[in-house]
Amino acid sequence: MLSLLWLVPALPLAGFIVLTLLGNRRLPHAVTSMVGVGSVGLSALLTLLIGVAFLAPPNAGSAFDQSVWTWMNVGGLNLAVAFRLDSLSLTMIFVVTFVGFLIHLYSVEHMAADEGYNRFFACMNLFVAAMLILVLADNLVLLYLGWEGVGLASYLLIGFWYREEANGRAARKAFLVTRVGDTAFAIGLFLLYSDLGTLQIQPLMQDAAAKWAPGSAIAIAAAALLLAGALGKSAQLPLQVWLPDAMAGPTPVSALIHAATMVTAGVYLIARTNVLFSLAPPVMLVTAIIGAATLLLAGMSALVQRDIKRVLAYSTMSQIGYMFLALGAGAWSAAIFHFWTHAFFKALLFLGAGVIIAALEEDHDIFHMGGLRTRQPLAYWTFLIGAASLSALPLLTAGFYSKDKILWDVWSSPGGGPVLWAAGLAGALLTALYTFRVVFRVFFGAPSPKVVEASPMKQPGIRISIPLVVLAVFSIGAGFVELPETLGNFPAFSNFIMNSLPPMIAHGGQGAEALLQLISAIAVLLGIALAYVFFLRRPGWSARLALSPAGNALSRFWFSGWGFDGLYERLIIRPYIFLARVNKHDVFDWLAEVLVARPYAALARMNKDDFFDRIFGWIAELNAAVARALRTLQSGYVRWYAAGIVMGAIILIATAVLR
Amino acid sequence: MNVVFYISGAVAVLTTAIAITRRNAAHALLYLVVSLLSVALVFFTLGAPFAAALEVIIYAGAIMVLFIFVIMMLNPAGGERAGDAPLRDWRLWIGPSILSAILGLELVYLFAGNVAGSTGAGEVVPVQVGVILLGPYVLGVELASILLLAALVSASHLGRRALPGEEENPEGKGGS
Amino acid sequence: MAQVPVEHGLMLAAVLFALGLVGVLARRNLLFILLSLEVMLNSAGLAFVVAGSHWQQPDGQILFLFILTVAAAEVSIGLALVLLFQHRHQSLNVDDASGMRG
Repeated sequence: MLSLLWLVPALPLAGFIVLTLLGNRRLPHAVTSMVGVGSVGLSALLTLLIGVAFLAPPNAGSAFDQSVWTWMNVGGLNLAVAFRLDSLSLTMIFVVTFVGFLIHLYSVEHMAADEGYNRFFACMNLFVAAMLILVLADNLVLLYLGWEGVGLASYLLIGFWYREEANGRAARKAFLVTRVGDTAFAIGLFLLYSDLGTLQIQPLMQDAAAKWAPGSAIAIAAAALLLAGALGKSAQLPLQVWLPDAMAGPTPVSALIHAATMVTAGVYLIARTNVLFSLAPPVMLVTAIIGAATLLLAGMSALVQRDIKRVLAYSTMSQIGYMFLALGAGAWSAAIFHFWTHAFFKALLFLGAGVIIAALEEDHDIFHMGGLRTRQPLAYWTFLIGAASLSALPLLTAGFYSKDKILWDVWSSPGGGPVLWAAGLAGALLTALYTFRVVFRVFFGAPSPKVVEASPMKQPGIRISIPLVVLAVFSIGAGFVELPETLGNFPAFSNFIMNSLPPMIAHGGQGAEALLQLISAIAVLLGIALAYVFFLRRPGWSARLALSPAGNALSRFWFSGWGFDGLYERLIIRPYIFLARVNKHDVFDWLAEVLVARPYAALARMNKDDFFDRIFGWIAELNAAVARALRTLQSGYVRWYAAGIVMGAIILIATAVLR
Repeated sequence: MNVVFYISGAVAVLTTAIAITRRNAAHALLYLVVSLLSVALVFFTLGAPFAAALEVIIYAGAIMVLFIFVIMMLNPAGGERAGDAPLRDWRLWIGPSILSAILGLELVYLFAGNVAGSTGAGEVVPVQVGVILLGPYVLGVELASILLLAALVSASHLGRRALPGEEENPEGKGGS
Repeated sequence: MAQVPVEHGLMLAAVLFALGLVGVLARRNLLFILLSLEVMLNSAGLAFVVAGSHWQQPDGQILFLFILTVAAAEVSIGLALVLLFQHRHQSLNVDDASGMRG
């Protein structure tokens, strides 16, 4: 069973190829759906079976390597297309295939009316294949291949409705910003190879641990470059500006790529190469600080957004900030655990938002919604569950267990500390606040005129309902695989992950842990309560707050994502364009003009009728003259032609006569 | 017999020369008929009675009659429209005469002294012709009949359009 | 039968041929041109018969027969074309049909 590992990325890839080659507007939806959804579904099934085999004795939990073929063997570089299955990659592929399958199923109904149906599934399959290659890769170059592949798929899918120019711009922005990260990543690869001579991950880490002293310049450089790559893909400071605009794509795209999987590729990269990061403590600190800063910044921006998908985008940014915070503090398994739960509830939230948006004819504005609790009951309940999980509602939701683990690990780890913990706590409050702002604004309260107009609303069909329900179940239950010591002590997940990630030694005992859990629970409940008050009970208060001069300025600042777009525009884009324009006419252009172009033009003019031209002219004239002469033979008179025949006969007979 | 050959030959040449210089087509035709008859006599003297018969029946009998019919149908006017220019201006004959003379002299020169022997003493009777016609030459006969069929079809098709009194084809073209 | 030197027979044919040629080249009337063509064909047939008589074989007359057939076919079609020509140009002057000039 384990030897079928290569099929897991191969099936969606085959789906992509089939849909691309055969797909056009005339391919029936049924066939496309079967291929597109089926390939991912089969991969998910395979993953389950492989997971069972992986966990089965003997050799339960030991890593499995499978080399498919040798990619290149050049100089000293020997790279194979090889996959490594360990607990980390198993977790990742499970999430990708399982959530991917649910989202594909959802898309069958959600995208049914779209004319690009085939293209959609082809690109989605490409994405899933690339993501699977990314997480299964056993060497960094194959990982980079998957990395680029998901970037491409993301570009294709963000700009899916390419006829709107804004969507194309959003896609380009995403691509270019992540490119900055990708370039840093590539330079990091060059650095690693030149120093260590290999790019296979496991040998690489062993060599680095043996060769590099902790805190040495080379370790810091390599880790920093890899971090930069991760920052781009995961939309963290300072490369986070592309994620809100990426919401231009269809909702399933946002759910799959920009919530559950692609944006977590950075988290995966850091987790995978954790040895390198452990060898560079300054970089770890930077990672944690960036994570903390991003989670706060994004949380504040999410608080003032009007577009429901943008709220969710900033929320994703914020939650990944939690993951980076955990990674930076050395809490590897906590980060992956949060990834695990986050994939479920964030995908759920996006899919639910998709149902709402479709019911209101593509209106994303939460201030045009309201009272949808009764009109879209399924969406309401599942969204509520997802929101609760996101806000880490105590005890009941998966998000609680993962976020709490992060907060505890950050507090108690040597790489963390109280300051970072406090940032995480503030973030939890913010998360609950902005999440329930959306819940109350959208589902409760008086319905907006638009909602009234659209009622009674069409309820989603089975293909949308099943994914929503399944994800809701997971949003609650996925957390129960890791119960902290204070609440049952069932560290199944950590034990599982410990096979591939180093464990973290915690300072502080159960007492401290329980206290911190209590504090964060209070923060969450406080957030929900504040949301209730400000956005449901007394919406006037929040409106007045927003209109006050300080409030207004603050909300506008937060709305623009802390002004990063404007900053980059002034700092980078405008100078670049200026330089480009200035360089349009440079010294060398001028020299070339004066020394070469002008004399040449003059010479050309002088030589307009030169010797060769005249010869050619004569040839043409001669040709015309001969033609004119020969034309007289075409007199049009029959007798003339007869005479010609006779003359020919005379000449022929003369040859006989004169012999 | 030789005398008859030479006399008929002379008559043929003379009447042909006259025929091509007539103004009236019917007159020319009649002179041509005489020429053909004298050629038939030549054939007879050479011991080819079958050929002589054919010459009279088909050439003088059918082809010339066909000509007469067409001449009667067309009733051509004189003058420029009938192409009388050479008959009014004898200088128009110079060029053609020179060309023909050269050709004719070349041929005569070729024949003189180059071909040995004389025509045969015996007669080649029609029986012989018939036997060999329907023997080795039967393919030729079949082909000739196809040729005649083609000519029949084309002539009837082409000729139909030009009949006066019929609805005129505005194009006036022959083929469709 | 007359036993004439073959050259004389062939020369007769050559003279008739030349006369026919003059008629074709000099006359402008379409009918006369056709007429002269017939003269030329006839002279060719004469040459064949003379040769056949020389070799005392029927082949000459047979070929003469074929030439006759061809002449008959050609005359019938040619005369049909003369009719069409007359209809189109309202004259029999062959110089009127010089539209292919140049």
